[in-house]
Amino acid sequence: MQGLNPFGHRNAEQGRPAPVRHAPLRPAPQPEKVTPRRDPAPSRFAYRLNRMMLRPLMRRLIRVGLPAFLMAMVGGIWLSDDTRRANLTSGVEGLVDKVQHRDAFMVHSMRIEGASDVVANGLRAMLPVTLPASSFDIDLAKLREKVRMLDAVEAVDLRITPGGVLSAVVTERVPAIMWRHARGIELLDKTGHRVASVTARDVRKDLPIIAGEGAERAAPEALALIDAAGPILPRLRGLERVGERRWDLVLDNDQRIKLPEDGALRALERVVAMDRAQSLLSRDVLVVDLRNSIRPVVQIGLEAQNAIRRARGQVEIGPDGQPLDEKSKASAGGKITSKTGTDAKKT
Amino acid sequence: MKDLYQGQRSMRNMRRQAMQRGVIAVLDIGTSKIACLVLQFDGPGQFRETDGVGPMAGQSNFRVVGTAHTRSRGMRCGEIQTMAETERAIRTVIQQAQKDAGVRVDHVIACISGARPASYGLAGEVSLEAGKVAQYDVARVLGACEVPEFGRGREVLHAQPVNFAVDGRSGLSDPRDHSGEKLAVDMHVLTIDGDAAGNLVHCIRRCDMELAGVASASYASGLAALVEDEQELGAACIDLGSGTTGVSVFIKKHMIFADAVRFGGDLITQDIAKGLRVSYAQAERLKTLHGGVEATGRDDREMIDLGGDTGDWETDRRQVSRSDLIGIMRPRVEEILENVAEILEAAGFDFMPSRQVVLTGGGSQIPGLDVLAARMLGHNVRIGRPLRIQGLPHTATAPGFSSAIGLSLLTAHPQDEWWDFEMPAEAYPAGSIRRAYRWFKNNW
Repeated sequence: MQGLNPFGHRNAEQGRPAPVRHAPLRPAPQPEKVTPRRDPAPSRFAYRLNRMMLRPLMRRLIRVGLPAFLMAMVGGIWLSDDTRRANLTSGVEGLVDKVQHRDAFMVHSMRIEGASDVVANGLRAMLPVTLPASSFDIDLAKLREKVRMLDAVEAVDLRITPGGVLSAVVTERVPAIMWRHARGIELLDKTGHRVASVTARDVRKDLPIIAGEGAERAAPEALALIDAAGPILPRLRGLERVGERRWDLVLDNDQRIKLPEDGALRALERVVAMDRAQSLLSRDVLVVDLRNSIRPVVQIGLEAQNAIRRARGQVEIGPDGQPLDEKSKASAGGKITSKTGTDAKKT
Repeated sequence: MKDLYQGQRSMRNMRRQAMQRGVIAVLDIGTSKIACLVLQFDGPGQFRETDGVGPMAGQSNFRVVGTAHTRSRGMRCGEIQTMAETERAIRTVIQQAQKDAGVRVDHVIACISGARPASYGLAGEVSLEAGKVAQYDVARVLGACEVPEFGRGREVLHAQPVNFAVDGRSGLSDPRDHSGEKLAVDMHVLTIDGDAAGNLVHCIRRCDMELAGVASASYASGLAALVEDEQELGAACIDLGSGTTGVSVFIKKHMIFADAVRFGGDLITQDIAKGLRVSYAQAERLKTLHGGVEATGRDDREMIDLGGDTGDWETDRRQVSRSDLIGIMRPRVEEILENVAEILEAAGFDFMPSRQVVLTGGGSQIPGLDVLAARMLGHNVRIGRPLRIQGLPHTATAPGFSSAIGLSLLTAHPQDEWWDFEMPAEAYPAGSIRRAYRWFKNNW
């Protein structure tokens, strides 16, 4: 203890009593603030909950089902109000409208090329909107289909060119033939497609005419036949479709050339050749029948028949096929007699 | 024994269900540590031979997906002492393992280390009417074993046929289709205290888990720590746990004996705590960091701070030499090994062809233990680390996990037990509907 004395040397202060040193007051014992140690083991409830959460179905429900449900619920509640819904739809529509009606998307005019006035007017009438309109409102594919439905139009090229012009390049069908049928007269193009209806034959005198049911389906063949007619073309009145399967060439003077179903063109060429060689068609011949190619048949007229009968010394026959003196007791079946009496002359 | 038969069969069914689901937990409830491994069974064919991965000792069909271990509570000498505490510890470890694995586990296979195991060698013999061993005869001979009086409240944990003999031709592992007059079997039966086993089952049930099997911890650690040759040629596995020291003897890949000493590393810690007057936790720390059993001259000079948190400065600053610590530990380790030696002597281990001793368990990590054990038990002593299994984290490869790992090996390839065979018809109670059904099935 003396060594702790800071004053002077040891010898100088020998015998001095040690200074009284009071023991310092010990700090009052602090109340222990240790919290009781938490049990690391999960409680039974926590353990069961944990195990339940580990089930695959539960995990999927929590991770996917619950967020989806919450989103759907929030959205549903928000949308359940009428005004909000209206605001939302009008807002979206306004935005869409604003974008679609930008100047870059607007179509101001329509340009039609290669169409006659009638078709052009029809095309303008088909446009679903009044110009100027947004190009989003014009469905080009649909419009193209609609235009293609016009009989007079063969092809149309629709596009919106930069600058807001709706350009339509129309290829019209060219009428090549006329078709007379029970319901009127129609113009057909070279494929047989209808172009327009006309009221009278005189409208297009330059076009050849065909007639009969189903004639329009064989129009290309008819055109080929007309091309092949050559020297007899001036005498040609038209073509008639018989039984929807074969052609009859009708000439003036009611002459008729019956062509077969197959190889009509070759048969016609044969007739033309015969006409050139023997002037067949300028004689009194009613029908040249080429339906059987190995046995062409010619039906001669009444004058010629009577000339033959006179030369043979037989009784002349009238236009109904009955002998002239027996005409008073004319009976039915004259047609048959006429048929049997018809002399077939082989060429 | 019929209840047991049915109980064990129902556990086998649980195991089959768990295999179908593909996930099963393995629970090793020790005295100081509870370990839980979650196994996933992917089925075979995960690896091909061309990949350079062999069958991996038949354990390539499963992998560990979750591991957890925590301090055990309420256990003493490998038995449950406080049920509620143990239940909490099981809950903790299972929840951790599930969290680690990310899957829910419903089936668990547990092992029990204490509960006074007792081994019995049973022999049975039947004459063969057909002159040939049929599947049915195997079950019959197993049923014909003379069952000794196990004592009151004992339950059979394992009943494994170890050896079959047909007319003196012994050493058969599968006697089916052998011709002969007589079929004999040697069966190893391990019984444990029924109440201890019941407590374990109850604790696991309280955790909402289905028990798919129970095994002896010493058997499981033997499976993990012994290599295949040692199991074949004969070896003893000594599992130095904290509450018990398990002993299991293997030959021809069968366990023929198992027993447990009712103290272990825990007692060493208590000795240190008493001898050095430190807290239990501090004693455990000293034991694991500085412990040993072979003192050298250098250990006299190596001073160890005892440390502590008593609040008394003088007490907390004490130092002891490492020799003192060794002097406390060594007699206790010697005592444990003496008990083990007694057990091995009782088991007739000295007459085995190969007397390999393998030390495993947490206590086997004491430095110098192999030298001491070689001096006390025989020459062939090694420290065994458990087999590596797929997916096991490095923290769980220590010797202390050998029983958990052995249990997972046992789960993947269960040993044939008595209850895996169909019970012979005459063992069914008379007038049973099943017997009538069998009669109809056999005669119509």
